[in-house]
Amino acid sequence: MAEIQSPSQTSGPLFGFALMFEGSNEAVPAGSAGAVRIDGAVIDGDGIPVYWPECFLEFWAGDQFARTRTDEDGNFTVVVRKPDAEAMPDGSVQAPHLNVAVFARGLLKQALTRVYFPDEAAANDADPVLELVPEEDRHLLVARDEGEALRFDIHLQGENETPFFAF
Amino acid sequence: MAVAEREDINPPYLHPDYAITIKRAPSKRVVEIPRGWFHTSPGPVWGRIPVQPGDNNLTNKHPGRPIGQTITLSGRVLDSDGRPVPHTLIEIWQTNASGAYLDPADPQFMSLDPNFTGAGRTVTDSEGRYHFRTIKPAAYPGEIGGLFRPAHIHTSLFGPLLGSRLVTQCYFDGDPLLDRDPILNAIPDRRGIERLIARFNSPNTEVGGVDSALAYDWDIVLRGPAATPMED
Repeated sequence: MAEIQSPSQTSGPLFGFALMFEGSNEAVPAGSAGAVRIDGAVIDGDGIPVYWPECFLEFWAGDQFARTRTDEDGNFTVVVRKPDAEAMPDGSVQAPHLNVAVFARGLLKQALTRVYFPDEAAANDADPVLELVPEEDRHLLVARDEGEALRFDIHLQGENETPFFAF
Repeated sequence: MAVAEREDINPPYLHPDYAITIKRAPSKRVVEIPRGWFHTSPGPVWGRIPVQPGDNNLTNKHPGRPIGQTITLSGRVLDSDGRPVPHTLIEIWQTNASGAYLDPADPQFMSLDPNFTGAGRTVTDSEGRYHFRTIKPAAYPGEIGGLFRPAHIHTSLFGPLLGSRLVTQCYFDGDPLLDRDPILNAIPDRRGIERLIARFNSPNTEVGGVDSALAYDWDIVLRGPAATPMED
């Protein structure tokens, strides 16, 4: 017999003292082999960053998990390792990516998205989930290479709204 | 091939009564991940999050006794197929008995309690059971005109699957603010609202004494892997 699910509610803005922990934004240690820094901002429908304390994000894939939050400028930083490509039961292969969940005051449930890697153009072109995203929006899920770090901005609304997955 | 409709009891992103959603709700069409993947892909591995035995007791973390009513909050974590969810992390955070969070971002309209932090963690046992001992949180007015939050305990769970990750809030039976709270009432289905309300458990309430706690029961139901496509 199916049970009624417990519905989602907003995290609110006052989670930091409970949810953040030492090293929480490093899925792998900064500076370790293969570590990649991803910087980004979370931006609302007026183009205003979702500043501290109102937003936290989780990046995860395989054995990697990082929890970060936006600062006074609306920016976040995580350190991850590029995961391997992932074969699916139907034989298709997903390009390396991490799942990204955004929680914030004003988000009644998480906004679920993915970050792909800019040096994986061929794999990204063949990715079965990116194929579900309207073609003109796919680039919004690929981080930009800015030399020292990758850049992945998340727009909750607007012309460049990040593609989100049903949750 | 017919596909059973997923019963989605979550609130929508946009709920204008909760005004901050207007500029934050994703507004383009969300993309559906193929349901076979969505319902079976693993969720986050939370093992880096520190949790110790005793982190489920929020009342003994300081030298003195916290102000307020001691309560227990306990129940089972299940999935929507009715199976228990063992060995999953639960994180909670809440106000003290005056309605203040210890968090530095709290506006501090209300007083802090030097004997109460208000953050806890635990892991469900092999049958999905959990137990917290804490102080009953208080209702508090927001900075935004009109918002007066009922007492609630923020709750975060992972479960085993991509689709089972849940951040929600636990409310208390009988709170007169429940019916007017725009966040709780963003849930479109009364049955979902009821799911988030902890119930007083008289038989489990300890015999009166200086350390006695009122017992509240609250089961948590995560999205399960069933909802599989059915052949015609």
